Amino acid sequence: MNKPKPDLSVRIGGLVMQNPVMTASGTFGYGPEFARLMDLNRLGAIVVKGISLKPTQGNPTPRLVEVPGGLLNAIGLQNPGFDGFVRDYLPFLRHYRAPVIVNIWGHTINEYASIAERFNDLPGVHGLELNISCPNIKHGGIAFGTDPKMARRVITAVRARTRLPLITKLSPNVTVIAEFARIAEACGSDAVSLINSFPAMAIDIEARRPILANITGGLTGPAIHTIALKMVWETARAVKIPVIGMGGITSAREALAFIIAGASAVAVGTANFSEPLSTLAVIKGIEAYLVRHRLPSIRALVGTLETGAVIPKPRGPGRPCA
Amino acid sequence: MLIENTIILSHRLLKGGYRLLTLKSKRIAPMVRPGQFVHLRLPSPADAVLRRPFSVFRAQAGRLAILYKTVGKGTQAMATLCAGDEINILGPLGQGFPNVRKDTLPLLVAGGYGMAALYLVAQRAPVKGIVFVGGAGADDILCADDFRRLDWDVRVATEDGSAGKKGLVTRILDAWLNKELHGRQPEFFACGPNGLLKAICKRVGRGGWDGWISMDRHMGCGLGACLACVQKVCKRDAAGRETWAWARVCTEGPVFACRDIVWD
Repeated sequence: MNKPKPDLSVRIGGLVMQNPVMTASGTFGYGPEFARLMDLNRLGAIVVKGISLKPTQGNPTPRLVEVPGGLLNAIGLQNPGFDGFVRDYLPFLRHYRAPVIVNIWGHTINEYASIAERFNDLPGVHGLELNISCPNIKHGGIAFGTDPKMARRVITAVRARTRLPLITKLSPNVTVIAEFARIAEACGSDAVSLINSFPAMAIDIEARRPILANITGGLTGPAIHTIALKMVWETARAVKIPVIGMGGITSAREALAFIIAGASAVAVGTANFSEPLSTLAVIKGIEAYLVRHRLPSIRALVGTLETGAVIPKPRGPGRPCA
Repeated sequence: MLIENTIILSHRLLKGGYRLLTLKSKRIAPMVRPGQFVHLRLPSPADAVLRRPFSVFRAQAGRLAILYKTVGKGTQAMATLCAGDEINILGPLGQGFPNVRKDTLPLLVAGGYGMAALYLVAQRAPVKGIVFVGGAGADDILCADDFRRLDWDVRVATEDGSAGKKGLVTRILDAWLNKELHGRQPEFFACGPNGLLKAICKRVGRGGWDGWISMDRHMGCGLGACLACVQKVCKRDAAGRETWAWARVCTEGPVFACRDIVWD
């Protein structure tokens, strides 16, 4: 007799996903880049590269360098802008059943709020990911993600203008990431995703010059996984909204670690560059794990970490959003 | 475009630290067009997070060959692979060279192992042409005999004078253009270091000819998603003014028309 397949579906705010595996923004383009190699409908959700109101050229080259266990990038959020995305990519994405989450960013609170509003009632867009954590742009980006007051203001402004499920993407470049997760929760975010890349740099010692044209960049890949895991664990204990874990997932093993630590869903990033089918392998591996551990659903695994010790929860409820 | 697990058929050390890697590739090899590349997943180092792009040297009958030099940790790891080892490749990727036209004289210009990326151009061309190849020394002139076997005229220049004429490849090219072009219509196909490509574009522009160059950039995904390998190309804005835009070397390239490149 065939055993029933485990239920992989998860819910993030109002968004229902058939499985917990998403693509991390900036590592999967806008979808068509990978569609010739895989069926995008098998993904939990497609998170597209960050979109701003106006087209953005990004940084000069070199923009990318491989470092031990990771990747350093300073692309600078190059994107076709809202109009370009709607014209060039959205019609393509509408052919798929997988929910589409648009990562948005701006230089000012007004820009964030304006772009968020423009995605209301746009068929084919199922959620927004608020990028307040990109280390590679000079103004905006990470400045909103590392200052609690700024974070509160930008999340509140965006929440007021969007009717879509809202995920706030957090920066790891803070002392206590859970504090920012609580701000996101208090200000109406439906979920938090973490982590974005770590500010980092690499130097060509022969030339005595930075390898990246932008001098510094963001570190991603296996090197950051265990740091991300600790941050996801701390965050999941501090908020009631779903947590989406990301950072150095190359196989189901890291994805499952995030889920056990408390993440309701995960995103695969840098691994898409070396193994374009990584997301599918992660989905398959998660399913096999649930079967092997006789778990009826992925939800039964979320936050099941046994520490064998009584660890006090992080301090009480966050301050109300003002 | 496909992902294929290939088997190494042979892996030979050539002169000057160059290596010739031949893979058994039933599915990707027959699809390769001149100038396209494949993205290799190296089994080691284990912490490598990127594939490595290589121009295809030869592609025929289920076999695909790559010519490379060990320059970094990726190619050093690659050098240890043996016949029988498995290697995962993604390809063919990018836009290759256009077909050689019957009514032009194809001139291939290469620096060092850039010559490998031009072999399929010569092999599949409907007419014979001339190959100008340059390198630091004789060890950098790799596959001249492969072109000669196709009955192409091969002209060599080396900086140290150890093979062919002494000097840069542009020197023998210029001499030829001055004395032997005789009013024929040349079409350029070039691959090599940036300085060489820029020099070719300059000559192509001056002569009002057609020219194509294959560019090499730090590459990430190879699929057009990461936007790491971008190159400035000419574009007209809505008002018809000349401006520039980024093109992805992995997707819109690696081959570009000389006239489209914006040199910084």
